[in-house]
Amino acid sequence: MTLAATAGHPGFLSPTGVEIAFVLVGLVTFGAALITVTTKQLVHAALWLVVALGGIAVEYLLLTAEFIAWVQVLIYVGSIVVLLLFGLMLTRAPIGRSPDADSGNRGLALGVAVASAAALVWVVVDAFRTTWINLEGPAQGSTKASGEFLFRHWVLPFEALSVLLLAALVGAIVLSRKEGKDGKDPGGGVGAKGSKGGPRGKDRHVMRDRTDRTDREDRTARTARTYRTDRQEQSAASREDMS
Amino acid sequence: MNDVLDVALRLAIVFAVFMVVPLVVGQAEHKVMAHMQGRLGPMYAGGFHGWAQLVADGVKFAQKEDVVPAAADRRIFQLAPAVALLPYLLVIVAIPIGPSEGAVGQVVDAGIFFVLAVMGVGVLGSLMAGWASANKYSLLGGLRTAAQLLAYELPMLLAAASVAMAAGTVSLPGILNAFEWWWLPWQIVGALVFFVAGLAELQRPPFDMPVADSEIIFGAYTEYTGLRFALFLLAEYAGIVVLCGLTTVLFLGGWHGPLGADGLGWVWTLLKTGVLAFVVIWLRVTYPRLREDQLQKLAWTTLIPLALAQIALTGIVKVAIN
Repeated sequence: MTLAATAGHPGFLSPTGVEIAFVLVGLVTFGAALITVTTKQLVHAALWLVVALGGIAVEYLLLTAEFIAWVQVLIYVGSIVVLLLFGLMLTRAPIGRSPDADSGNRGLALGVAVASAAALVWVVVDAFRTTWINLEGPAQGSTKASGEFLFRHWVLPFEALSVLLLAALVGAIVLSRKEGKDGKDPGGGVGAKGSKGGPRGKDRHVMRDRTDRTDREDRTARTARTYRTDRQEQSAASREDMS
Repeated sequence: MNDVLDVALRLAIVFAVFMVVPLVVGQAEHKVMAHMQGRLGPMYAGGFHGWAQLVADGVKFAQKEDVVPAAADRRIFQLAPAVALLPYLLVIVAIPIGPSEGAVGQVVDAGIFFVLAVMGVGVLGSLMAGWASANKYSLLGGLRTAAQLLAYELPMLLAAASVAMAAGTVSLPGILNAFEWWWLPWQIVGALVFFVAGLAELQRPPFDMPVADSEIIFGAYTEYTGLRFALFLLAEYAGIVVLCGLTTVLFLGGWHGPLGADGLGWVWTLLKTGVLAFVVIWLRVTYPRLREDQLQKLAWTTLIPLALAQIALTGIVKVAIN
């Protein structure tokens, strides 16, 4: 009985080349993910994230889900990480270590991560316990198959997700509007346009100023606190240096 | 054994194409720009009209010292040119040049997604270079690169999605098999959006804000010397080849000739790609550089609505045909 059952699919301890590759890529992905959250260098963390996300794309490929794999690369590596790096460079991206990059919530974060990982592993293992992918037959994760599954069997969750994303978009616009009002900035305050809403033709200076400004703010924040205009700021700072 | 030989042969051919065609485009750029500006361009290297100029440049670059700035993040600085160049090599594998089964490096089921995804990764190279150089101009160049990519990736994807809708497949050979001549007027808006967005993604003039030499020296590549700098230049020319090849395959019918003259096959693909590459060079000589705000405005207020309109049109016509 058990012999007949095991004859149907390859045994657990007789791995094929694909399975070995799957495990190896999984280990690399896991390692990259660990480095992402533990490294003290911010930009390195973002780049290790590229390795981790790319590793997941390779895992999808090995599971014959080709379409999902390329979408993973397109969205996560090509767009999300670029957005992340853009944000880092725009605000603070020192070369070398940033000792203040650690959060006090490390233990809590670890707990949440382990709990969610356990839940996911449990659900996946429970759902696909004895299912084996037939690598010989037609690809089961081809674009056609994925499309049919998504738009015939899972249309409702798909549309619900779109609504969720729409809500997130609207939320982002609302948040950025509020910031504009508080700052009493006449130019900004129109959502995504706010960041580019500066006077025409001065954008390049605005961009240059922004990086300079963050540097300057760091420096002045350390020396003194209360200034009204830039000029006062500079003269006061030099005065303090003299004394 | 035969399979191994087949794969090796295909990879060798793709690699040869990757090494030769970008250089041809580079040399064409030297000459076309020169003639458009009323001068001769390189005339000595190699004898006949300076055909070996780029080879000589390559030798020169290889001899130069490879300098890494003291304050730079060494490993990322050195890795960046490879990250910028390799994606284009991967993309060339998936572009079909002829009608037969064997005229493509590797048939990829989700071809459009593959090429666009991998092309997007190349920009990471510029970002890494911009950050790791420890130079303010480089950082500004990296920032501009990122802003530009975020703005132009979307219209490019939407335009490509329109073709995929028309053909009913996302595989590049599949799209070519489904191609009819009247797709050209039907998808012309999408084609323009795709080409313009692709130019912006490659940071070619008039979208060369990230490397604007009169403002930020050479953007993310300011600190690079020798062979690594040459690799970035090669990535730019390979990008031109890939963009023109993709536009040819997606919108211009690839190996299909006009008036049913399909017999020449891959010659049509190369010809169309060459004409598009000429247009890329032509635009560089013709148009002044767009300012950062003009660039963003063009993407968000012109290209994306146009691409969306193209998708709506494609959908309507598609339903009407069926």
